[in-house]
Amino acid sequence: MSTTTTPPPGVSEQDLARLAEHWGERPSLRGWFSTVDHKKIGRRYLVTAGFFFVLAGLSALVMRTQLARPEAGVVSPQEYNQLFSMHGTAMIFLFATPMLFGFGNFLVPLMIGARDMAFPRLNAFGYWVFLFAGLFMWASLPFGAAPNNGWFAYVPLSGEQHNPGLHMDVYALGLLFLGISTTAASINFIVTALKLRAPGMSLNRVPLFVWAIVATAFMVIFALPALNVDNAMLFLDRRFGTHFFDPSGGGNVLLWQHLFWIFGHPDVYIIVMPALGIVSAVLPAFTRRGVVGYPLIVLSIVSIAIISFGVWVHHMFATGLPQLSYSFFSAASTIITIPSGIQIFAWLATMLLGRLVLRVPLLYVIGFVVTFVLGGFTGAMFALTAFDQQVTDSYFVVAHFHYVLIGGAVFPMLAGIYYWLPKITGRMYHERLGRWAFWLVFAGMHVTFFPMHLYGLFGMPRRVYTYRSEPGWDGWNLVSTVGSYLLAVGLLLVLVGVVHALRRGRPAPPDPWEGDSLEWATASPPEPYNFPVLPRVHSLHPAWDERTAESVRAGATADRILSDGRRTLVTSELDAHPERAVQMPESTLMPLVLAGALLVFFTSMLFAWYPVAAVAALAVAATIAVWLWPSRRPDEELGVSG
Amino acid sequence: MSLPVEKTADPTVSAARYARRRALPRRLPVLTTLCGLLLLAGCAGDAPSALNPGGAGATRVAGLWWLLFWISVAVFAEVMALLVWALVFRRGNARVRHGQPLRFVTIAGAGLPFVILVAVYGVGLRDLAALGDGPGPDAPTVEVTGHKWWWEVRYQGASGATANEIHIPVGERVKVRLRTDDVLHSFWVPQLMPKTDLIAGETRETWLRAERAGSYRGQCAEYCGTQHAHMAFLVVAQPRTDFDAWLARLDAPAREPRTDAERRGQQAFVQGTCAACHAVRGTGAAGRVGPDLSNVGSRWSLGAGAVPNDAGHLGGWIANTQTVKPGNAMPPQPVDAAQLPDLIAYLRSLE
Amino acid sequence: MSDGGGVVAAATGAEALSTELPVGRSAGWWGMVMFVATEATLFACLLGSYFYLRFQYGPQWPPDGIGAPELLKPLVMTAVLVPSSLPVIWAEHGIRHGQRWRLRSGLAATMLLGMTFLALQATEYAEKLKHFTMTTDAYGSLFYLITGFHGLHVLVGLTMIGWLLAASLRGGSFGSHRHERVRNVAIYWHFVDLVWVAILFTIYLSPRL
Ligand code: HEA
Ligand code: HEA
Ligand code: HEC
Ligand code: CUA
Ligand SMILES: [Cu+2]
Repeated sequence: MSTTTTPPPGVSEQDLARLAEHWGERPSLRGWFSTVDHKKIGRRYLVTAGFFFVLAGLSALVMRTQLARPEAGVVSPQEYNQLFSMHGTAMIFLFATPMLFGFGNFLVPLMIGARDMAFPRLNAFGYWVFLFAGLFMWASLPFGAAPNNGWFAYVPLSGEQHNPGLHMDVYALGLLFLGISTTAASINFIVTALKLRAPGMSLNRVPLFVWAIVATAFMVIFALPALNVDNAMLFLDRRFGTHFFDPSGGGNVLLWQHLFWIFGHPDVYIIVMPALGIVSAVLPAFTRRGVVGYPLIVLSIVSIAIISFGVWVHHMFATGLPQLSYSFFSAASTIITIPSGIQIFAWLATMLLGRLVLRVPLLYVIGFVVTFVLGGFTGAMFALTAFDQQVTDSYFVVAHFHYVLIGGAVFPMLAGIYYWLPKITGRMYHERLGRWAFWLVFAGMHVTFFPMHLYGLFGMPRRVYTYRSEPGWDGWNLVSTVGSYLLAVGLLLVLVGVVHALRRGRPAPPDPWEGDSLEWATASPPEPYNFPVLPRVHSLHPAWDERTAESVRAGATADRILSDGRRTLVTSELDAHPERAVQMPESTLMPLVLAGALLVFFTSMLFAWYPVAAVAALAVAATIAVWLWPSRRPDEELGVSG
Repeated sequence: MSLPVEKTADPTVSAARYARRRALPRRLPVLTTLCGLLLLAGCAGDAPSALNPGGAGATRVAGLWWLLFWISVAVFAEVMALLVWALVFRRGNARVRHGQPLRFVTIAGAGLPFVILVAVYGVGLRDLAALGDGPGPDAPTVEVTGHKWWWEVRYQGASGATANEIHIPVGERVKVRLRTDDVLHSFWVPQLMPKTDLIAGETRETWLRAERAGSYRGQCAEYCGTQHAHMAFLVVAQPRTDFDAWLARLDAPAREPRTDAERRGQQAFVQGTCAACHAVRGTGAAGRVGPDLSNVGSRWSLGAGAVPNDAGHLGGWIANTQTVKPGNAMPPQPVDAAQLPDLIAYLRSLE
Repeated sequence: MSDGGGVVAAATGAEALSTELPVGRSAGWWGMVMFVATEATLFACLLGSYFYLRFQYGPQWPPDGIGAPELLKPLVMTAVLVPSSLPVIWAEHGIRHGQRWRLRSGLAATMLLGMTFLALQATEYAEKLKHFTMTTDAYGSLFYLITGFHGLHVLVGLTMIGWLLAASLRGGSFGSHRHERVRNVAIYWHFVDLVWVAILFTIYLSPRL
């Protein structure tokens, strides 16, 4: 039930032509580098993050091959340590968050009925920084200089004395570099969702996915600085001999852990939250009804975002802090499961009261429920300090976080890929191929990671490059390895499916699923200006709502067409009352230049070419100055009186 | 079965019995199978399994685990039942508009979990308090120092030292004081006691108590660099008299060489590079960079669990440690081939 | 950041309907506020680290050999930096009324105060470096990291103000219909001032408590 056909009745041919002229970008090499279109940028995020996922996944396959048998010699210990560190770091920082931000970039403006993100050039800048930071980190692997201290890089092992070479400098600088991108994207999401919502989309009509992205962005704003401070101090300790983490100089090694997990715990929700948002976005189309308990889910999202800042010590339950503080953090970690429970049961209720259409996206959602709940349970177990002290740093923890990360984040992403592929590419995927891939991925995931619970309990610590056969872990490890190959084959089929859709897929109609949110109320793929007429939103399910559909038909007012320039509508924060139309920036190379200057800066910091770094810093300042330099206007237009 | 020495009890049998005692209601055949699977795997091959506890701390936690396990099974069954119900009875294509069962969501998603969680939180606190309830001031105290990548073990009141092997009297609480010489490590004996990290610049304490004699594998559980994989140790619980005798030997000079080969070996050891890093009580060798070797002949392994302790592996270790345990802190030694058998003979004799 | 020209277009554009409604916070304002929020968290983490290390260290703080910091100069620095927000406010109000001269002179005054602050900080460093450096101990590391990081922010703020000043001297940049950049820089500058107060308390006053 698509609410629009192209051209929609609400706009004239002339308006459409003008919109196309103002928003369209002629394909050219320069255009490729200078685009600020959120859809292109979102797509690039998805592809780039997918690429890093394959790299990190292949690292995991090498690890699993090494661990298949006791005392195997596939890789040396030094290589293994780099592999697992890069695997973890890349999966968390270069795959999970950017992948979900890719969905966010593509979808948020569409879902809220806007023509772009609030800061399109900043958006492009964020992408380039992400790309460069990712390449910066991966480039170290072929040189044997990749981070080798796990994704949380505990001191003193990550200090200069115990870990000379570039490994941990790559880590610290790479994450600082990447942090710029994540912060920029987060600010952009918040402002976009606050100011660019279509008229009528008051807070109680904001799609759950957008709520999730905004809550995530707030978590980034308040969590990422802790990681940045941590990495800055690590870098100073390593390079310039400061003593933040050096007990012999008055420093303290636990400071690293506190700061890391003050970031790190919110970070795991930063990953899962948008993924849960995808679940809420996908369900209505395949249960044929809206998600049950919208206000409860919003409440859960907000409370998870807040509580997640108060549980970090549960990653430090074995460090011997006072029991009183353990009881507090144990209680907080226990409580944080409740909002997740609410969401799970809201989705179950949605399915129980809906009518299920068992297509591939719904399969992944079901896979998600099964897997995430299991992972959540082990999380709730860790919340009890006594139990955690037994299993922490064992494969039991590895099992937990792959259940929540793969079940809780990757499955929803896959659901999202199949669900929005028609919207993103304008092509339908192949259903049977998709089903095969699902079952392989689902089975592979459980065969790989379920046994880890067992051998974790049987005493196998994590981050070991090999083990002896006496403790009896070998059989189970072999099972895990076999499972990981299955999983890889499944993911390969997903990839094949995407390529197949691009090459051979049936053209997709604007609304193949009868989805409920606004992205389905426009063409597939959307025109550069997203909506010929910005809709006026009348309900939580605008694409199912006759009045919203009516608002883009004949009689649409000019203030929602805005065809004289590259413009979109700014509305009020709470009620989305129209405030004014704003001019959106044209495509520009500035973001790329700025990101390039930053790349030079971080690279020269890495190799200690400080004069070059200083020049690069000046270039950064100069680029920003030029970028934001006000255009010259006549005084009367500016309103100058003296 | 190459690890343990002086094994008295058969853990397989007692573990199964133990778990049966602990397990909550288990009528349902599926669940029994599940649990059986876990246990089977836990006991096969002498895993140092947390589900096969041999001491006070781990026993508590195993109990807690089974409680959590059965609760999870129950809640998971509930979720699956609802999911399957939807999948079986709720297929279709028509748009549905009715129903906002907020009460169901609140009760099933928040109310019930809250009740469960408060209860297990209480149990968890009780167990945490029990784990923190260490031995009194007069308890025997072991001083354990973590090194990359081996464990130095000393006893309060005794001058000798050993490595990668901790002896304790059965049935008594033994205090363990943990320090690290370099990076973070973590002290973990799954069958006896959950982990305590070794924090650079600080001292941590934990305790051990084994209910039955036997040996229990422990391992470093905090990533500590290249050879974190090979930083295991063994806790040997023995009757008090045996323990006292062992401790007395730890204080006495090492066994004197008896054969010519051993004497030559001792000479090579003391006058060669070895003494710079290793100590053997009663000889001139007093290095403290590497493990004390006064009783190396009777230890369960070489290189903190890297290889079994026998003549062949010892020769291999001395000839080139770096192929045995790549990256470890003992550099390859310039020992000429003629000396090697003597060194082996000498070190094997140190019991 | 979104182009301030949008305001102009909105005021002069064709669709009176949307532009004549009362206008709320702009996207740029929210962007700057969020940026300041994350920066403030950064400083909170730094100051939190200071107190953490201090209380883990033991009773003697600053550690042996480094006395509690002298107060006179930091108080003078405070007296220079905190009031430097006033000319910015005055300038911003001026340009809202289209008075470019107020913008220019206000920004210039703030530049002057900010540069004085940095100069004072340089002499402060010259003195301190004789006693201890960043590598002396954790206290030294914290002292130079926190004050240095703040100094860097002052420098960035000054660059922004200088940039505004240059643009306003060129003419054709700001007026009563276009002053979003001025407001955003002002927000940033107020933030830099405010953080200094927190630093004054943490680094200079708290060791004396
Ligand atoms: C997507 C990421 C993600 C998510 C969502 C979670 C979710 C949770 N995590 Fe997890 N966690 C990680 C990623 C994640 N975690 C990672 C990466 C690590 C390891 C880092 C490392 O060491 O490398 C980790 C480690 C980790 C630890 C430290 C373990 C250790 O190192 O010793 C703890 C301890 O408390 C913990 C707890 C929790 C809890 C309580 C939840 C809860 O949010 C779960 C809530 C969900 C449910 C409980 C299921 C649904 C609820 C119901 C069906 C209602 C009924 C439920 C009950 C009655 C319990 N996690
Ligand atoms: C989102 C996060 C994420 C994801 C998706 C994964 C996915 C996987 N992880 Fe990951 N893992 C982490 C996050 C993640 N992991 C983290 C944070 C750690 C901790 C690191 C640390 O300790 O510091 C960790 C640690 C970790 C370990 C423990 C290492 C150790 O402690 O020594 C292991 C071991 O088996 C492992 C395995 C795997 C496997 C087999 C997959 C598989 O799911 C991967 C499957 C993917 C692919 C195989 C690539 C895609 C393939 C194609 C598209 C097809 C093309 C390829 C072919 C030719 C087949 N992971
Ligand atoms: C530079 C210091 C150094 C020198 C010299 C040195 N060792 Fe070692 N040795 C070590 C260290 C460190 C270890 C612990 C390695 C590990 O397990 O990670 C070790 C371990 C051992 C072990 C195994 C002990 C155990 O309990 O696991 C033996 C046996 C040994 N060394 C014998 C020798 C002999 C014989 C020589 C001389 C020929 C020698 N070492 C010279 C540092 C040294
Ligand atoms: Cu020591 Cu790991
Ligand atoms: Cu956590």
